Amino acid sequence: MDIAQRLNRATRRVPAWPVYLIGAAWAGWLFWLGVSGQLGPEPINALERRYGLVALQVLVAVLAVTPLRVWTGISLIKFRRALGVTAFGFVLAHFLVWAVLDLQSLARIGGEIVKRPYITIGFGAFLMLIPLAITSNNASIRKLGGAAWRRLHKLTYPAVLLGAIHFVWLVKGYPMEPFLYLGAVIFLLALRLVPKRKPVARTAPQATATAR
Amino acid sequence: MAYRWKNDLSPTDVTPKGLWLNRRQLMAGVGGTAALAMAGGSARAQALEPNTLEQISTYNNYYEFGTGKDDPAAYASALVTDPWAITVDGMVDRPGEYSLADLMSGLTVEERIYRFRCVEAWSMVVPWNGVELADVLDKVGVQSSARYVAFETVVQPENMPGVARQVIPFPYVEGLRLDEARHPLTLLATGIYGQPMPKQNGAPIRVVVPWKYGFKSIKSIVRITLTDTQPPTTWNRLNRREYGFYSNVNPEVDHPRWSQASERRIGGGIFSSRQDTLMFNGYGDQVASLYDGMDLQENY
Repeated sequence: MDIAQRLNRATRRVPAWPVYLIGAAWAGWLFWLGVSGQLGPEPINALERRYGLVALQVLVAVLAVTPLRVWTGISLIKFRRALGVTAFGFVLAHFLVWAVLDLQSLARIGGEIVKRPYITIGFGAFLMLIPLAITSNNASIRKLGGAAWRRLHKLTYPAVLLGAIHFVWLVKGYPMEPFLYLGAVIFLLALRLVPKRKPVARTAPQATATAR
Repeated sequence: MAYRWKNDLSPTDVTPKGLWLNRRQLMAGVGGTAALAMAGGSARAQALEPNTLEQISTYNNYYEFGTGKDDPAAYASALVTDPWAITVDGMVDRPGEYSLADLMSGLTVEERIYRFRCVEAWSMVVPWNGVELADVLDKVGVQSSARYVAFETVVQPENMPGVARQVIPFPYVEGLRLDEARHPLTLLATGIYGQPMPKQNGAPIRVVVPWKYGFKSIKSIVRITLTDTQPPTTWNRLNRREYGFYSNVNPEVDHPRWSQASERRIGGGIFSSRQDTLMFNGYGDQVASLYDGMDLQENY
């Protein structure tokens, strides 16, 4: 049995629901760090950045699921919905910290979204993710039908790309980190354009619809 | 000339060591009563609580040590500040390499409690210890042809982990118009709270120009050059549209990334509210005349 099969066999026994739990606990823990002064003397900005970064990291993981299966046979597809919804939770937390704790007024929020392109695209990405989060359940897949649901969830691609550009754009100077994320996102999206090998046979049939 | 500008608060003797970390009710005058009186304005003292030394020395921008706000505090201890030499050149009568002691000898270090406003829309109140830059300029003898002062930050690649990353070009350079440099508010600071300048704050000697965004207040100076042409400045070179040469704090001139209309005082915690940014960071009655007839939208 090769490594992929062994991994797939092992993960089959792991449920996906702990992902939600870990995500929520992590977000809450970061918030508590901020409240208790453990994120430095400027916790609002620190929390904003931490939530945003975790969101981007989880979104990169979500984008990696399909190429991983196509190119290595390792299937983490059963965790993808949980990861996607968790990522959205962090995007929402990132947005709320920015809007409520940082800007503190509707006029400022509106002004910033209109005036600053990096915020405009970040907000755009957030809006794109909302319908995806809402339809991340079996009932929605049934209602929309698999094909329409998959088409809708292709919004993930522009949303994550905009999120990575948002990161590159907001930093001062040219630090490497945001470019690494942008590079990873572009790489994972580009992999989808490469003619695929025949997907390695999955060891377990999946109940949920999958989008590629 | 020391004590041309007066705090409401007398110098460090009212701030015994040990109290500054948790004092809460200190009333810091930042109105500059003496200078105001000299200018004929009405003295206006404002109650402001200086930030703690811990806040001032753990939330820094010093990209030579990394771009994170906590990087300078984590890595700056490697900076070698002794011995320290400052090259003074250009249009001066007495150019040369000065030791820090030579440059400061005979000058009185005083406490100046200033607002500090970063271009990233956060602010602090810092009790600096320093001398007026004007006094140092007088010491080296500025020639009449000079119109600008250029500064350069030290580069110690082996001690500064951020230098190799070239996030911005190093050495960091800044500059002031000569009249700005000679203004009584402009300091060469060597300490905070009566302590030697923390390395992450620009030890051993740095500029403080309280009416400009923080990046104008260049740290760890190794060169002072008097020149007749406007010197290049690091952030302006990197992004001309975002960072002007003047970079006076101005709530009406929006930065492309951050609204400059309001700011957040560091230290208020996670639920701290924003406050309006003051023109020239609140020093307008003392410095606005430097810019008479200039379009500040144009010369941002």
